[in-house]
Amino acid sequence: MLQIRPKLNPEKKKRKIFIKEDAPLYLMALPTVIYLIIFCYLPMAGLIMAFQNLNITKGIFGSPFVGFKNFEFLFSTTDAWVITRNTVCYNLVFIVVNLIISICMALMLSSLRSAIYAKTMQTVYMMPYFLSYAVIAIVVNAFLDRDDGLVNAIIKMTGDPGKTNWYHQAGLWPPLLVFVNAWKGVGYQTVLYLAVIAGISTDYYEAAVLDGATKFQQARYITIPHLRYIVGISLILSMSHIFRGDFGLFFTVPMDEGKIYAVTDVIDTYIYRALTYLNNVGMSTAAGLYQSVVGFILVLIVNRIVNRIDPDSAMF
Amino acid sequence: MAREVRHVNKLMQLSKGWNAVFVIILFFMASLVLIPMLLIVVISFSSEISIATKGYSFFPTEWSLDGYKYLFKTGDQLLDSYKVTIFYSVTGTLMSLACMTMYAYVIAQKKFRFSKFFTWFLFFTMLFGGGLVPSYILNVRYLRINNTIWIFLLPWLVNAYHTIILRTFIRSTIPDTLFEAARIDGAGHFRIYVSIVLPLFKTGIATVGLFSMVARWNDWFVGMLYIRNPKLIPLQTLLHKLQNTIDFLKQNAAIAGTPDGVALLRTLPDENLRMACTIMVILPILFAYPFFQRYFVQGLTVGSIKG
Repeated sequence: MLQIRPKLNPEKKKRKIFIKEDAPLYLMALPTVIYLIIFCYLPMAGLIMAFQNLNITKGIFGSPFVGFKNFEFLFSTTDAWVITRNTVCYNLVFIVVNLIISICMALMLSSLRSAIYAKTMQTVYMMPYFLSYAVIAIVVNAFLDRDDGLVNAIIKMTGDPGKTNWYHQAGLWPPLLVFVNAWKGVGYQTVLYLAVIAGISTDYYEAAVLDGATKFQQARYITIPHLRYIVGISLILSMSHIFRGDFGLFFTVPMDEGKIYAVTDVIDTYIYRALTYLNNVGMSTAAGLYQSVVGFILVLIVNRIVNRIDPDSAMF
Repeated sequence: MAREVRHVNKLMQLSKGWNAVFVIILFFMASLVLIPMLLIVVISFSSEISIATKGYSFFPTEWSLDGYKYLFKTGDQLLDSYKVTIFYSVTGTLMSLACMTMYAYVIAQKKFRFSKFFTWFLFFTMLFGGGLVPSYILNVRYLRINNTIWIFLLPWLVNAYHTIILRTFIRSTIPDTLFEAARIDGAGHFRIYVSIVLPLFKTGIATVGLFSMVARWNDWFVGMLYIRNPKLIPLQTLLHKLQNTIDFLKQNAAIAGTPDGVALLRTLPDENLRMACTIMVILPILFAYPFFQRYFVQGLTVGSIKG
């Protein structure tokens, strides 16, 4: 069957660079190619601004070069250290916390007796994923607002004046941001792991049952080992993003409150503020270049590791 | 045999006790999601007096529709913002799907000499980028598309990750033999794309389309960074501004403590209005997503991206 079809075009062997019938392909790729050049590759070239003292009216071609001044300025304060520490630490905690919660929830959901209940719960858990951080900031504010917030209202009931401004309490924010991030993201991840569990062949479970395994033994010896693989790979892959802070989370939820920057500022919010509040284009580009380069190196390292463990899951 | 199967199935089920425990834990988790949303709904229906005396509460002393009434009475801004957001989500997604599916078709071609090159040309932008500032300077200083509708369309036209997902979809759902058969029948690439790939590939397009539509509906950053003209402010940016402006004015009025400040504070759209606005922003998506959930789950599981 496979051998019947004759080779259609034997002289095609000597491939020409341009084949006429490929012309539509170039045409179809054209809009995206133009887009990529203008909106992706030009900004990469624009990173040169990190070495300039940019004057917006004069533009890139009219501004003087200042060498590594912008980097010196960036790294001379503790800012660079604080935003790097915050970005990396928050991301690491986010990854671990979300992973643990969503795996537990997926295991519970998959073993429920009622499939309808499990489906309904899934739909509920997914909901926050579809809310923007502009909305979530308002939801958080409904609890924490100094004058009207639910938390202060409850504190008032105990006789306390209840006038704490939660947006000035640095100690509250690290756990709160971890909670908000989990609140938004766990449902989505749960559904992902649930899909993996649903893909495990029922043969394993039937065999286990015939051997007298309890439901917990099944989870321990069948489900979790099956998940371990995808979890391991996605853990490693997510390491490549730990240099990118979630701008929405860190900017809107603490309402850009200056008093708690020490615990809420990440690289992305720092760049935004350096650009829009300070108008310091050079230094914000320098911070951006720092982020891009370290991020790129991380991706390369992560990919090399994944390639060694499991080439099929590697990015490239 | 049948009895044995039933017996096995029974053993595979969770015992009643543990089932109850799990049901309760999962219900608790669901309430963690729903209760904050319920609070927003209740506040939107609370009267301003109730909020002023008691603060936000699940049990307001007085219910009221004032928030919604005010919203619809002075709804010009909301209406404008709805229009902008709908334009941004629908037109933006359609344009972007057109470009991305065509490009995905090109890089899905195994026989095309440059498909590897085009894949890398796209993929590299996922690994390295100029970041916020150079794009901002490009859009504002050189292209001058800030404060125009083009800012909602052009800079986000192609999403590299989505394009690669689309390519994976094409490769996995449409067999090579089908391409070849169409080629032998004399169909050109464009013909194959329109009459074979697009129709066979609806779920893939729907999945990616829904993801990008939700992302655009929820975007407030573009509006915040690039838009000054109130007529062009998207819903989510409006919401973001509403929160900050009310707080800003309130702070100032409290500090001043003058009768003028208090009067100003009274005429302001207040808490229940803001919550009513929040509800109007999330309502469309909350109604829509359960129907499209299947596509989102599918999009999740396609995962595998190879360059």
